[in-house]
Amino acid sequence: MIRQAESNSGVEIIKLEEARKIYWMGSSEVKALAGVTLSFKRGSFWAIMGPSGSGKSTMMNVLGCLDRLSSGRYILEGQDVSTLEDDSLSEMRLRHLGFIFQSFNLIPQLSVQRNIELPLYYLGWEAESSAERARELAGKVGLGDRLHHRPSELSGGQMQRVAIARALANDPQIIFADEPTGNLDTATGKEILALLTELNGQGKTIIMVTHEMDVAAYAKQRLHMLDGVVDRIEGGD
Amino acid sequence: MRQIKLARNILLGIEDLLLHKLRSFLTTLGIVFGVGSVVAMLSVGEGASKEAMDQIRKLGSNNIIVNSIKSVEEESTSTTHSHLAIYGLTYEDCARVAETFKAIRQTAPVKLIRKEGRLGERAMELRVVGTSPVWFDLVQRPIVAGRVLIASDDNERAPAAVLTEHGARKLLAAENTIGQSLKIGGDRFEIVGIVKSESGLAGNIQIPDQEVDVYIPINVARSYFGDIMARMTSGSFEREMVELHQMIVQVDSTEDVEPTAKGIEDMLKRFHKKQDYLVSVPLALLRQAEATKRTFNIVLGSIAGISLLVGGIGIMNIMLASVTERTREIGIRRAIGAKRRQIISQFLIETVVLSIIGGLIGIGLGVLVPFLITYFSDMPTVITAASIVLPLVISFGVGIIFGLYPAIRAAKVDPIVALRHE
Ligand SMILES: Nc1ncnc2c1ncn2[C@@H]1O[C@H](COP(=O)(O)OP(=O)(O)OP(=O)(O)O)[C@@H](O)[C@H]1O
Ligand SMILES: [Mg+2]
Repeated sequence: MIRQAESNSGVEIIKLEEARKIYWMGSSEVKALAGVTLSFKRGSFWAIMGPSGSGKSTMMNVLGCLDRLSSGRYILEGQDVSTLEDDSLSEMRLRHLGFIFQSFNLIPQLSVQRNIELPLYYLGWEAESSAERARELAGKVGLGDRLHHRPSELSGGQMQRVAIARALANDPQIIFADEPTGNLDTATGKEILALLTELNGQGKTIIMVTHEMDVAAYAKQRLHMLDGVVDRIEGGD
Repeated sequence: MRQIKLARNILLGIEDLLLHKLRSFLTTLGIVFGVGSVVAMLSVGEGASKEAMDQIRKLGSNNIIVNSIKSVEEESTSTTHSHLAIYGLTYEDCARVAETFKAIRQTAPVKLIRKEGRLGERAMELRVVGTSPVWFDLVQRPIVAGRVLIASDDNERAPAAVLTEHGARKLLAAENTIGQSLKIGGDRFEIVGIVKSESGLAGNIQIPDQEVDVYIPINVARSYFGDIMARMTSGSFEREMVELHQMIVQVDSTEDVEPTAKGIEDMLKRFHKKQDYLVSVPLALLRQAEATKRTFNIVLGSIAGISLLVGGIGIMNIMLASVTERTREIGIRRAIGAKRRQIISQFLIETVVLSIIGGLIGIGLGVLVPFLITYFSDMPTVITAASIVLPLVISFGVGIIFGLYPAIRAAKVDPIVALRHE
């Protein structure tokens, strides 16, 4: 696994060409992305930074196949996804991407196990094999004994671990994390970041949005946004 | 494989619904009462019309029945002391009718006489029905023992008597009674058979064997007992002369029934000065009963339709609220990779499961009600397969129709917006 990730690293997994995202507020336009060209390599760990309103979330949504560009191209795993239909974008998310959110976004009425199984359910896995995988992943994030708990019975850090386990269920190449430590105390935040670092070590490409410098310090590369364009890049090429 | 998937989705839907047991239950109430009332009303309606139709059908849908009635003038003068009332159908009418109409296959005259009967030690008032052997064909009375009247009885004026089951029981007669002699008035008759009895009323036609009936050949009745009958009513002595009390006519086909009845009516009008007869057509009654049932069904259908509409809107309302409440969940599912149609089917399945559960409870309720009605009031109710399957299909349909809009709303949720939703 690690060997394969290393052999693959260096290949571009994400490429944006002149990416623009324009919102219309009445008659005035807001350029959330104003012509971004960039590429991320497989196995990289990026922190996307920048002041509020600089276009970080917009960029994450586009890269995460949740939103479409107004113009420009987005190439994901060598495939141009900028013109894909809604169903195909869902399919891309389902097969290649994992998401971790600031507010965890677990489904409250489902148990830990059911939350982790969710991607597998949409992938059409059998009940037994997905239960098996959910157990394995819960163990991996240190929650093997919490499978039948409801999210409301967990601490913030535990909820974020469940979210990570869920993001890993479909074995994605890329994990998107939008302010993953934003709702956690510093110590718990560090544990989560350590977990992300570990996943990156196993070959997952990680793209994380954050405001905080010390959080961004965990990433190998840092991208600074400003007014919808890339301001500067640290650690990348 | 597909079925397994669907079954799993349904189970997941049920799980979700069970999280809000009270709300889900309240949501289904509209459907419960809608479906319950449909089932209950269907079975009560079905019971009532089945009873009426059965009785009409027993009279024969190819039959025309002509009864003798006391005309209005006769009624008012008959209070006079020892007055002789002469009215009704005559032997001649019967023969004329039988000869005139080509469509007529058979005609059975009926003459009713009240006489005391004695069988062994037992004596009671009998209703003696003088008729021809054809009568047994026309009213289809199965034989319990022995035989019915035959042509030779009538021709040879044999004193043969046929009892009904009911009459036989009253007279303490049994199978071994056949061959014994029954005294009617002063005359001896031989009991030749026992037939099944029928009871009840159909429309305004009384079937002549609710009482302790004994059937004898009409010629025998005529020659033994004559046409004049005397009876005591409220202290005054009343005498009547009636040749025939009833005439049952069978025509070849259903199409002949109404024209022939009209013809008979016209003919009788020409030969009778008074309106002392009444032509009734079981087929017409049947048609009328069917029309009544149709009207009933339309009314019922509208009521059911309205209540199911209300029930459906109730469900839709709750599902819309549920979609809003679960916007974030929808966003999460979509972000993970759920396609729009998977969100649609999730909510649609929930709605359909809800309304079918409501339908099932409603059917339970709707079956219980007629059961209680029959138990406490003897009113017949009939639960047909249709009255259970139909509401089930309807509640499925209600689920689909009223679930579709909330489900589409759910699928239209933008995951980006939904994930920001608090
Ligand atoms: N749905 C939208 N409609 C209109 N304008 C939008 C929309 N989403 C974002 N914008 C605008 O696009 C710009 C970039 O927004 P974005 O959410 O990407 O910023 P951000 O860098 O994530 O900010 P923050 O750090 O506050 O989360 C902002 O000016 C914002 O107002
Ligand atoms: Mg943001």
